[in-house]
Amino acid sequence: MGGPFKLPPLLYDMGALEPYIDAMTMKVHHGGHHATYVSKLNDAIKGKGELESMKLVDLSQTAIKMGPAVRNNCGGHYNHTLFWTYMAPKGSSITKPTGNLQAAIDKNFGSFDQFQTAFNNACAGVFGSGWVWLGVAEDGRLSIETTANQDNPLMDGVVLSQNTATGDRVPGTNGRKIIPFMGQDVWEHAYYLKYQNRKTEYFAAWWNVVNWNKICEYYDQYASKKLYIPVA
Amino acid sequence: MAAMAATSAASLAVSTPAGFLSSSSSVLDGGQRGAGAGAGTAVIVQQQRRSRHVALRAVASPRAEFELPPPPYELDALEPHMSKNTLEFHWGKHHRAYVDNLNKQIAGTEEERYSLEEVVLKSYNNGTPTPLFNNAGQIWNHTFFWESMKPAGGGAPKGKLLQLINRDFGSFDEFKTQFKAAGATQFGSGWAWLVIKPSLEEWIAQRQTGSDEPVKDKDGNIAKSLAVVKTPNAVTPVVWGDVPLLTMDVWEHAYYLDYQNRRPAYMDVFLDQLVNWDAVEARLEAALSTVNLTQQTFTS
Repeated sequence: MGGPFKLPPLLYDMGALEPYIDAMTMKVHHGGHHATYVSKLNDAIKGKGELESMKLVDLSQTAIKMGPAVRNNCGGHYNHTLFWTYMAPKGSSITKPTGNLQAAIDKNFGSFDQFQTAFNNACAGVFGSGWVWLGVAEDGRLSIETTANQDNPLMDGVVLSQNTATGDRVPGTNGRKIIPFMGQDVWEHAYYLKYQNRKTEYFAAWWNVVNWNKICEYYDQYASKKLYIPVA
Repeated sequence: MAAMAATSAASLAVSTPAGFLSSSSSVLDGGQRGAGAGAGTAVIVQQQRRSRHVALRAVASPRAEFELPPPPYELDALEPHMSKNTLEFHWGKHHRAYVDNLNKQIAGTEEERYSLEEVVLKSYNNGTPTPLFNNAGQIWNHTFFWESMKPAGGGAPKGKLLQLINRDFGSFDEFKTQFKAAGATQFGSGWAWLVIKPSLEEWIAQRQTGSDEPVKDKDGNIAKSLAVVKTPNAVTPVVWGDVPLLTMDVWEHAYYLDYQNRRPAYMDVFLDQLVNWDAVEARLEAALSTVNLTQQTFTS
């Protein structure tokens, strides 16, 4: 493929997240959906001068202004590139946050369990396609927010945490601009082959493969310092 | 009373496919409940809303809960193009959940006495939807979707529908291209539609000519009436006053088990193997005849 962006390889085998996420889903999600976002993003910025040389984090912030082709595919590429890193085979990572992130979660949600419940509720509360994020708000507090389709909180002008029809606040969210450092894909393609309509089962199972080592690192090195997580 | 009944009947633009036309009472008395009643198949033309609201109240009877009508074929009847597995989840779980959830939402409220279309329109709330809208819209859309398909479907439309497609799209192939483009570019979840987008004057004018010659609008351009539209999530073009003729679900749950990320392949199969053109033609005929009745009512 041409252009500056490339599909990053997974850091684990397709089947490494079984039985929580099946190998076929990983294959189609990474090699189909994510690969398509990359190639379409490259098409969208081709010959567009400045856009071609922007880092993904910077392109993301202007993505909505740049029109749907850039918005959807830049969002898709950024979101998925980090998504694979939020996960790791069960047993290869600590099972809960430690250190600064643990303290922040306890402070903002009361406990890890309460955070998990709030996050799962937000996942269940998204209507249609989108993402659910944990991030740092401007005042330094943690907040759970959602975005529709392949939008993310980096995008200037993005709609946060609203039901796609009613505009009601998604349960458990605050509608605050955040620096996301953990995210969950709630598009049906993320779980349909194994879970079909049983999405709450997927949301519950997903915690088994969350890579808290990495997420603590993202919090310490970037989000708590008000920096977006960079990707290649 | 006869005039009142005529107004109420005429006020509903019927988009019921051929298989459901026999249950005439389900349309005329506004009844949309009960198994097989084709819930969600009466479409309301926006311009007639004022008289319709009054008329429907006069003939509406008390209701309790919405039911989930089965598709007009067995769940395995669309194999191999759309698997039984998919139908079992899509109809048996997703569509059923929208019905169950709407029933919970309307329990003890005035919406218990509404038809599905009334809930859809009221909850759309002129563009600031209420919490009922996602469920009501999705119930309507899915029923319309099952009725838009049939075993050994596909092929091509004929008669008046084909004439209008040729007139408004240039050719059937061009319609298919635009329809698939709508489905492909509806990013995320949603629907692609073939609709009638008339202005009332153009519709009446065409009916009065009784011919298929193109009607000109006030600028002298051929008044196109058919259009392809796409909607996100639960939105249905009924809320804008369009008359739907055909829909294709492009939520991932509609095709993922059979096609995974290959939405274009699914759309090709939908058009080539599944579309129930008889139903689409019947919906067109119903829309044409309804406007004619309205015309008569207004002039009497």
